[in-house]
Amino acid sequence: MPDVGRWFGQSLILAGFVTVIGFFSQRPTLVVFPPDRAQLVVSFAHGAERREACRRLTPQEIARLPPQQRRPNTCERERLPVRLVLAIDGNQVFDGVLEPTGIWGDGPSRAYLKFALPPGRHHLVLKLEDRGRGDAFAYVSEREIELGAGRRLAVDFKADAGGFLFYG
Amino acid sequence: MERIKSALRLAFAAAEARLGRLFPPAWNPLLNLGALGFFFYWIVTVSGIYIYVFFDTGVSQAYSSVEYMTRDQWFAAGVMRSLHRYASDALVSVMALHLLREFALDRYRGARWFSWVSGVPVVVLVYVAGITGYWLVWDRLAQYVATVSAEWLDAAGLFGEPIARNFLSPQHLSDRFFSLLVFLHIAVPLVALLLLWVHLQRIARPRINPPRGLAAGVLAAFLALALVYPAKSQGPADLLSVPTEIGLDWFYLPLFPVLERLPGPLTWSAALAVFAMFVAIPWLPPMRRPKPAAVDLANCNGCGRCFADCPYNAITMVARSDGRPFSSEARVDPALCVSCGICAGACPTATPFRRRAGLHPGIDLPERSLAALREAVHAAAARLTARPRILVFGCDFGPPLGGLESPQVGVVPLVCSGQLPPSFVDYVLSRDLAEGVVLTGCAEYACHNRFGNEWAKARMARARDPHLRERVPRHRLRILWAGPLGYGRLRETLDSFARELALTADPQPGKRNPSVLETGHA
Ligand code: HEM
Ligand code: SF4
Ligand code: SF4
Repeated sequence: MPDVGRWFGQSLILAGFVTVIGFFSQRPTLVVFPPDRAQLVVSFAHGAERREACRRLTPQEIARLPPQQRRPNTCERERLPVRLVLAIDGNQVFDGVLEPTGIWGDGPSRAYLKFALPPGRHHLVLKLEDRGRGDAFAYVSEREIELGAGRRLAVDFKADAGGFLFYG
Repeated sequence: MERIKSALRLAFAAAEARLGRLFPPAWNPLLNLGALGFFFYWIVTVSGIYIYVFFDTGVSQAYSSVEYMTRDQWFAAGVMRSLHRYASDALVSVMALHLLREFALDRYRGARWFSWVSGVPVVVLVYVAGITGYWLVWDRLAQYVATVSAEWLDAAGLFGEPIARNFLSPQHLSDRFFSLLVFLHIAVPLVALLLLWVHLQRIARPRINPPRGLAAGVLAAFLALALVYPAKSQGPADLLSVPTEIGLDWFYLPLFPVLERLPGPLTWSAALAVFAMFVAIPWLPPMRRPKPAAVDLANCNGCGRCFADCPYNAITMVARSDGRPFSSEARVDPALCVSCGICAGACPTATPFRRRAGLHPGIDLPERSLAALREAVHAAAARLTARPRILVFGCDFGPPLGGLESPQVGVVPLVCSGQLPPSFVDYVLSRDLAEGVVLTGCAEYACHNRFGNEWAKARMARARDPHLRERVPRHRLRILWAGPLGYGRLRETLDSFARELALTADPQPGKRNPSVLETGHA
């Protein structure tokens, strides 16, 4: 093959390669979330109360411990699970018990829930119980929200900030 | 599996042959995949350092600093940004092809397991680097990539505080977390580079730089791409809205839609299973590991030629252990040896002329010894009845030799073209075992054992020890580097060679000027 032809061929191969690279680096596009929906995310990491409150050790119990470990109090590390209930527009969409994390069950319970909602007004009810008392929810929050298509509302929970927090 | 592999092997051979018609043999991109990988890595590094100067690692400024590069600095930082992205994509592509090619050529078993296994984590690190890179732009794509990858990591419960919570709302995302990402994006490629260094430990003289011409062409092509079609962001990230339609980088992110849709435990176990399978591939059946080369001290004079020619660093020259008056001796590390036999072809004591002592080279393959090779030469030559008689020496990976045999053509298989000591050619011709010798094997720069055909060519051209002796008439030797699809060309070569030999039945060998002895460039 004459040199010009080879030159041309080489350029063609390289041009083809960079075209493939350039194209697939951003195309074809993908719809990753329905454009006619809004998103609600409920996520928190919250440690419920301990299964057993700290208490004083009896003198007998103290005596049974090895001398270098003797102390007046004992605290079990294990936590209670958290119960979360979520209702949107009167429909209960979540009612679950979130177990504590960690090998010893001493870590926070975690939630990460995502919902796709039709845009418009919605009524949210969120309830959380972290003392192991079943239906006697320690935190309850109700809120009217308005979400346009493609908008996103995040709900967090922080006990020391008073309960559920809304970002949106 | 074996069938897929041989189909793949032929596909590569065909593509290489096609490209070989356009590019000079040394430039063939498919024969430079590892080197191109390094080349793209360097482009990514240099362009990365450049754009880092302009990059603002704060969450709120990151996007605008990238926009500034692309818009106000399009002719410099913008080009660098595009090069950074496109070279990263090209790196993944050539890495995938390189992996596939080594797999197709069966170059991952036995002593080669090391290169394979050390390559696998490189894939993971390259992907981690690329994915964190997409986080940094902090555009809509970044938001999607960050959310999906964080949710996926959280699905494994690796972190105390779920990292996806960092992307819950603008208030949740801190500059500190963002700086951590920047750090990862720089540290991970450095670890990958370290691993690549490990990757090449068992490779003698690895080709880590593509030939200049190819490198220049590739760089020019990517510069053109960067100017014509600059990399762009997809609008600022906004955690108060959801990205809906985005342009994915299909080199780095093709699995993101899958990760997003399938349950975490499933995708995690699939990912771990695939990783484990890749690591285990070198030990999957069918296992076949030929015996490594062995040194025969009685015939080793410590010349070091085997050491110089071994493509896998399997030979070291060590102090003499048998008290003979040579300064050193060869020692093979069996764990590194791929049993290619190139060392035997290099050994000066590997001469078939030695009658009395038998053929005992200083170094040899126990299972495919040069003594057996000499037997094969005699057997093949004895079957030849029609003149001019031609003996074809061909390696296991070159044109198939089955079906070539005829009263005129005899066939002697080699492990590698580099296994043939030049003295064998002398032997065949001077002992009148045949009128002509053909040596064939893998295409140029595509030797299965890296340097076999290159060394063979240089030895026959008397440019590398051991030389083909001067008395050998060069026009009675033909060399054809043609690869597994070269059967047709081998036949043509044989036909034309036979015709030529018939014409030049040469009463005084060595007097004529040698005609071209090599074909295989076209
Ligand atoms: C960016 C990533 C990579 C780069 C830059 C790279 C580079 C290289 C280079 C330069 C060589 C030496 C080639 C020669 O001189 O003959 C090589 C050999 C090799 N590579 Fe890679 N490599 C990469 C990833 C991988 C991966 C992912 C695998 C497979 C899992 C792999 C498997 C191998 C094998 C098996 C060899 C040895 C070939 C032989 O034994 O002759 N590499 N690589
Ligand atoms: S080439 Fe042969 S003689 Fe030379 S060092 Fe190697 S084994 Fe010994
Ligand atoms: S056979 Fe010889 S040249 Fe080939 S890898 Fe083993 S020691 Fe090295």
